Amino acid sequence: MITILVIGVLLLVIAIALLLAERFLVSHGESSLTINGERVIKVEGGDSLLATLNQHKLFVPSACGGKATCGLCKVQVVSGAGGILPTEQVFVTREERERGVRLACQVKVQGHIGVRLPEGMLAAREFLSRVTAVETLTHDTKLVRFGLEDGDELDFRPGQYVQLLVPGTDQFRAYSIASPPSRARSAEIQDPKSKIQNPEFELIVRYVPGGLCTGWIHKALSVGDSVRLTGPFGDFFLRGDEGPEIVAIGGGSGMAPMRSIVMHLAEKGMPRKLSLFFGARTRRDLFYVDVFRELEARFANFRYIPALSEPRPQDGWDGETGFITQVVGKYVQPDGEKEAVLCGPPPMIDAAMRVLPGLGVPAERIQFDKF
Amino acid sequence: MLHPLIILVAAVFTHNIALSYLIGMCPMLAMSRRVDTAAGMGVAVTFVLALIGPLNWAIYRLVLVPTHSEVMAFLVFIIVIASAVQLVEMLMGRFFPALHSSFGVFLPLITVNCAILAVSLFVMLREYNLWQTVTFSIGTGIGWGLATTIIAGIRERLQLVGDVPADLRGAGITMVIAGILALAFIGFSGMVAIQ
Repeated sequence: MITILVIGVLLLVIAIALLLAERFLVSHGESSLTINGERVIKVEGGDSLLATLNQHKLFVPSACGGKATCGLCKVQVVSGAGGILPTEQVFVTREERERGVRLACQVKVQGHIGVRLPEGMLAAREFLSRVTAVETLTHDTKLVRFGLEDGDELDFRPGQYVQLLVPGTDQFRAYSIASPPSRARSAEIQDPKSKIQNPEFELIVRYVPGGLCTGWIHKALSVGDSVRLTGPFGDFFLRGDEGPEIVAIGGGSGMAPMRSIVMHLAEKGMPRKLSLFFGARTRRDLFYVDVFRELEARFANFRYIPALSEPRPQDGWDGETGFITQVVGKYVQPDGEKEAVLCGPPPMIDAAMRVLPGLGVPAERIQFDKF
Repeated sequence: MLHPLIILVAAVFTHNIALSYLIGMCPMLAMSRRVDTAAGMGVAVTFVLALIGPLNWAIYRLVLVPTHSEVMAFLVFIIVIASAVQLVEMLMGRFFPALHSSFGVFLPLITVNCAILAVSLFVMLREYNLWQTVTFSIGTGIGWGLATTIIAGIRERLQLVGDVPADLRGAGITMVIAGILALAFIGFSGMVAIQ
């Protein structure tokens, strides 16, 4: 009996001590954040830089919920952050460290901190959307259409991505936008010819067994659900509607940003030459073949070259075979100015980076997005 | 009665908690990749032990023994460790921000370091007095930090050589190093004897 009482009193004392300490010690006084040397915001200290930036509607991409495991929330901190922590060292390269790049989730806000954020990141917002359609594209890939709520619009460039908050967790997952920007801007869909009611955008999601977000999207998400997103993010995007020929190489779920770029240029009447190379394993992994064939027939500037790496007999495939990077050399002549956009799994991009300079595309004219 | 200084030397060398009791192994495996993090963790462990060893001793002697509640010692020790680490973290964040930002990541890890609990339990079983407890706590922290830092130094060198068999890399080779180091520490065993 007395034991229970003693333990109870001890626990009570400890709890009170902790609560008092929290009450009197944890407020870190006035802190401030200086963004890009111009905008100063007063903030409450004590939280992580990531959480503080998010509270002030500055969205830094992050997937793991601030546990220093994804390494995505890199920001350049110019002053006031203290030394780099061992938890960050794995993710920050030596050059980045010299520029003051830190993981925002590991920097504690105390006193005055100066941060440099890229212009693109300042444009990112948080918004609520409603699922308006879920379409099955292949055995493991779905297209999800999100409608934006009343009057909201998403101003992005073809190739950029958004992050979805997985419900019931604090984790975000990034997906490239697969639809053209015009359909997400209210001014452009006001056109009486347009069939779209509200600004909308689409994502293409391939099912990853055991994946947190893809499992939710493939198994649970249905029309009418509301989903919280942040974006747009990313410096992988189409730079200008005019310009030299584009060699676009995609594989796997790298189709999404390619579709956005192609559809955007198609709306503008295909003002620049575009060759879309797309690699898949078998015929059943390939989608939007008809759509691209139809565009190919409409625009002389556009070529679509799919290739299967492991065609099966029942596929009846008479197109290109082998890895997509081997196919590119057959169609692209090493003459004239060109740019390249690559999107797909890392081995495909690494292979393309080796092939392209030989075809007249120097490394500095190649943009890529690995996943 | 053992002199507190003998206990200090014994805790660092002859009865090193990591190498002769194999306690505190998981933070040792995790933190022994680099010498500076290992040394930082060693300092943090010593600091926390110096506070918590005597604190748990006082709670045991002044509260649990008089009320015949020794049976709850385990539970009380764990709760005291967890909350004391929290408290120390808050105090440091408020008054020593520089220290906090260099220590900060190690402190929450210490909550789950079994070496801390082991010290409180050893002190209870061996019926140490206050001074013995203080030196034993500090010595254990130094001993753990020393072992972890030496292992980190060896692992850093191994990284440069880089010919560890693939199947042994990581925790495997660290346990082998710890074993060899424990044998080396047996060399100290003539210095002092405690139980």
